[in-house]
Amino acid sequence: MDIFLQQLINGLVQGSIYALVALGYTMVYGIMGLINFAHGEVVMIGTLLAISVAGGLLQAGWPVALAGPAGLAAAVLGCMALGWGLERVAYRPLRNAPRLTPLITAIGMSIVLQNLAMMVWGRNYLGFPALLPKAGFEVAGAHFTAVQVVIVVVSAATMAGLLALVYRTKLGMAMRATAQSPAVARLMGVDVDRVIAAAFVIGSALGALAGVMVGSYYEIAHYQMGFMLGLKAFTAAVLGGIGNLGGAMAGGVLLGIIEALGAGYIGDLTGGFLGSHYQDIFAFVVLIGVLMFKPSGLFGEKTGERA
Amino acid sequence: MKNWLNPRSTAGIALISVALVALPFVAASGGQAWVRILDFAILYVFLALGLNIVVGFAGLLDLGYIAFYAVGAYAWALLASPHFGLHWPVWAILPIGAGLACVAGVLLGSPTLKLRGDYLAIVTLGFGEIVRIFMNNLNAPVNITNGPQGITLIDPVAFGAFRLSGNSQFFGLTLSGPQKYYFLLVALAIVVIVINLRLQHSRIGRAWQAIREDEIAAKAVGIDTRNIKLLAFAMGASFGGIAGGIFAAMQGFVSPESFSLIESVMVLAMVVLGGMGHIPGVILGAVLLSILPEALRYGVGPLQTALFGKQLVDPESLRMLVFGLALVLVMRFRPAGLWPSPERRRELQETAR
Repeated sequence: MDIFLQQLINGLVQGSIYALVALGYTMVYGIMGLINFAHGEVVMIGTLLAISVAGGLLQAGWPVALAGPAGLAAAVLGCMALGWGLERVAYRPLRNAPRLTPLITAIGMSIVLQNLAMMVWGRNYLGFPALLPKAGFEVAGAHFTAVQVVIVVVSAATMAGLLALVYRTKLGMAMRATAQSPAVARLMGVDVDRVIAAAFVIGSALGALAGVMVGSYYEIAHYQMGFMLGLKAFTAAVLGGIGNLGGAMAGGVLLGIIEALGAGYIGDLTGGFLGSHYQDIFAFVVLIGVLMFKPSGLFGEKTGERA
Repeated sequence: MKNWLNPRSTAGIALISVALVALPFVAASGGQAWVRILDFAILYVFLALGLNIVVGFAGLLDLGYIAFYAVGAYAWALLASPHFGLHWPVWAILPIGAGLACVAGVLLGSPTLKLRGDYLAIVTLGFGEIVRIFMNNLNAPVNITNGPQGITLIDPVAFGAFRLSGNSQFFGLTLSGPQKYYFLLVALAIVVIVINLRLQHSRIGRAWQAIREDEIAAKAVGIDTRNIKLLAFAMGASFGGIAGGIFAAMQGFVSPESFSLIESVMVLAMVVLGGMGHIPGVILGAVLLSILPEALRYGVGPLQTALFGKQLVDPESLRMLVFGLALVLVMRFRPAGLWPSPERRRELQETAR
């Protein structure tokens, strides 16, 4: 039973991170129907920025209570600028291009960002500075750390904030209008370009936050880390029904928990034939399974046929 | 196709043939490495044309195409290497590889028939990753794929006693291993191109096109969309399987690393960048995207030395950076690809107006 609880907690933590990254994919997709393949790299750059800034300040003798927030702020602001620039340079000129064209651009930008990061930060794994105390708690036989608690709480608060933004503010209303129909939204006086840019900027900020969390959680970062993380998060977004905010959150948490439980139990289930290194398979197996029965994801609306 | 025999096309075909025959000898003057680059360019033409059936003709976005390539490569590696002590001949393995890949294609295709667009993309992507992860981990408890170390000492393609690796003599002409593979690959590529051309305007090709444009309308006019879509997956996958087999034999080594998502993405980029659904465009895209990174590998380092007198940045990452930028720029200025089919260009101009 304690394995179950332990894996549930681990899954919830990992899932919160997936959910934050998935929101970046789903916001952009919901508004303009584009898979922003470079989003994983944005997360990676956020993590590495935080390492440089927070690590540098710590070395300069700043206290953790100041260096940590400074690193986070640098990551978030840097990624917001990056997201804005990406949209401006790579996607905006292709608004009316064939559907697959921006996908290739996104892949190109992803390659560019990865190699830029490699030039700046090198090929080696970088240690993430310890920003939170290493305190641990023990509840009902399951062990968890302060970092894990902070990740779950901050993610939940951020997601609540995002929902408030989308459903309670004027910008959110403009976003929802643009998602339904850019042309009509424009007629109603919505500045569609600004809304799309805002989606990119907000998504990137969430990605940077997630990046800092991943860094603090695993205490390590690398210029290639964005790829698998982005892939899983995108899977989570599709699992929940892409374009749907609640779906991305639920999909992310669900994916994290399934992965953790799967990794914990696969050995027992298959009599030791398959081990926990098959962890990465669960995400995709579950995804294929869900989409077979619900082709538009768990919470996706049935859009019917779109020409 | 009907203008095949007019004097202009005949001259064109003759010119292309001469160029194709001369190419490996010209490339060899720059070293065998360039012949190998050519080999890979043609292998990618092969792959891109296979994927073009799925993406370009039938409009099914497949991000896991490399899985079929992997299946073909591992089929060859397992049946013709000391790993299991099997050394089957090429005419047995290649059809087996193609067949296995074809089965994998149908396996992937059947649960995804209901999905469309981006959902299909992510499921195929997941499938590709599943295949790669299995290859990475199927070394315990029973060692099938030898895990991340991969399989080594794979037999080259051989017809009887004639092996395609190493040098051999032809009428006083010495052909190196890569040059022999070049001619094999060109022959295979021509077969695939002819199949593609014949398919495009056949009943099946037109059915694919109908599905691509509007699946419901296609169904309404009596096209069996289920089988026709599965056929696209199966055919694309078979080509991938054959290409994989040749890849394994040519390299003499396979490991899961060669079949990562980025490879699928590269092949897709070739199809889209060249001009989706347009065979000459796809060939152009495949040749360009496979040669460009290699050309940059040789060009970027010396250029930096010439300009700045030293290596400012790691040439390896600089070349990928340039490559990524090239993808972005081409798509920015030629959204329909470098060489789109005339109909497609017309459609785009109409929607832009």
